Amino acid sequence: MILSEKGWQTVFDRIKTWARVNSPWVIHFNSGSCNGCDIEILATITPRYDLERFGVKLQGSPRHADILLCTGPVTRQARERLLRVYEQMPEPKFVVAIGSCALSGGAFHDCYNTMGGVDQVIPVDAYIPGCPPRPEAIIDGVVKLLQKLQQGEKAEVGDQKPGELS
Amino acid sequence: MQTDTQRERFTIPIGPQHPALKEPGHFRFSVDGEIVTGATVRLGYAHRGLEKLAEKQNWVQNIYLFERVCGICSHTHATAYCLGVERLAGVIAPPRAQAIRTLVCELERIHSHLLWLGVSAHEAGFDTLFMYSWRDRETVMDLLEALTGNRVNYSVNVLGGVKVDVTEEIAQAIYKGLDFLEERTHHYLQVVSSDASFLQRARGVGVMTRQQAEVMGVVGPTARASGVTRDIRIEAPYAAYADFPPQVIVDERGDLEARFVVRLKELLESYRLVREILARLPEGELTVRMPRRIKSGETVSRVEAPRGELFYFLKSNGTDTPVRVHARTPTICNMTSVVRLAVGHQLADVPLILAGIDPCFSCNDR
Ligand code: SF4
Repeated sequence: MILSEKGWQTVFDRIKTWARVNSPWVIHFNSGSCNGCDIEILATITPRYDLERFGVKLQGSPRHADILLCTGPVTRQARERLLRVYEQMPEPKFVVAIGSCALSGGAFHDCYNTMGGVDQVIPVDAYIPGCPPRPEAIIDGVVKLLQKLQQGEKAEVGDQKPGELS
Repeated sequence: MQTDTQRERFTIPIGPQHPALKEPGHFRFSVDGEIVTGATVRLGYAHRGLEKLAEKQNWVQNIYLFERVCGICSHTHATAYCLGVERLAGVIAPPRAQAIRTLVCELERIHSHLLWLGVSAHEAGFDTLFMYSWRDRETVMDLLEALTGNRVNYSVNVLGGVKVDVTEEIAQAIYKGLDFLEERTHHYLQVVSSDASFLQRARGVGVMTRQQAEVMGVVGPTARASGVTRDIRIEAPYAAYADFPPQVIVDERGDLEARFVVRLKELLESYRLVREILARLPEGELTVRMPRRIKSGETVSRVEAPRGELFYFLKSNGTDTPVRVHARTPTICNMTSVVRLAVGHQLADVPLILAGIDPCFSCNDR
């Protein structure tokens, strides 16, 4: 059977989605968080919680990553860097904001030097609340994002608010 | 044309997003071939302006805020802050509360040192040790969660006392967890002082002499690994450390291996201390009444964080909000040593030298 050009496109798209869902590489950026969320992200990839069983790999370079795990309220100095990391990631890219302060500024909401959340700077696809969220919550958030990808619907940019994913 | 003698010098920028570090800091190393000839550091990416915010909030709200200076040593920050405010108000927390504070301080030190062991093993390219130590660290995280209800920011302190109590059940769980950890720590101690590939990365690398340590004013385990006997828990006992004195662990060698050994031995010391506190926990109240307005005055509060001396300055003008709160954290004291020690080493050794001081940028930048 010879497929039409469109047919091939569909097949390719399916393969791409399959690959993306089964081995998403994540990068972690700390935009001025208190570390609490960062150690929980690390705890998530270590043996007790083992996020790697979903094929998730923590990656050092933004150019290799599909998902940006971002913590912190985005300080003014980190803002440029966050934008640059985001721009360096290949399309399609997804952003997960982890922790209350990445969602809204949290405890640092009134600080003079913070932007008040990751979605003030870059579009966010999934929000994981908690100060810090438990590793289970982080896994849950990432898995929900993966399910979304599987259904092929890229989340509308900046469209979701905390809690809407569940 | 280039000859061998006039080789080009490169400057290598690292960070703020960097695979080896989980936190933002920016470094510039000038290298000659593989050898580092100069280093500079730029900090401040995690500066949020906490101290300024503290002036807008009242004394009680600030406990929540100062716990979030650093997620790794959150209890230490809150303890330093609360002890300072209590001193200003002329209130002393009851003995049981002080003992529980000390208990959580030591549990936090255990979690922090295990975390550090994993992260620096990762820097040394020893990911197996990273995974094992983080697996074991979950034991103490469980204990902290059972005791306080949270894995990271424990919220144990209130002004004038603590809000959690140690029940017999939790005490038994802690004893059991510590037995397991103690056995593992002996194993790690053996690994870091005998594994050949690990020793190649650590032994004789990043040596800081005692004199250098004193001149640069490094603090905490980094200083103690260079033979400087400095520990606030002994020099100026706070909370219940006067009743439960720890032993100072020092090592004269000053290299990276010594920093591993010192921190691991401190773990063993912490296990002993936690057991002792549990065995002799004073009875009594958990809190005393605190006035809402704090008498005007200023004070200094020092505690020994897992990374070294933590220093708080507090000033009150008699209202319910502080006039000034300042925190000086151990990382800033230790950071100079990285810039100095990196020179002359291979670029590949630098991440491990940096990890050796157990840097915490979010404490440092606040
Ligand atoms: S959400 Fe809480 S724990 Fe996480 S980085 Fe912010 S302040 Fe720290």
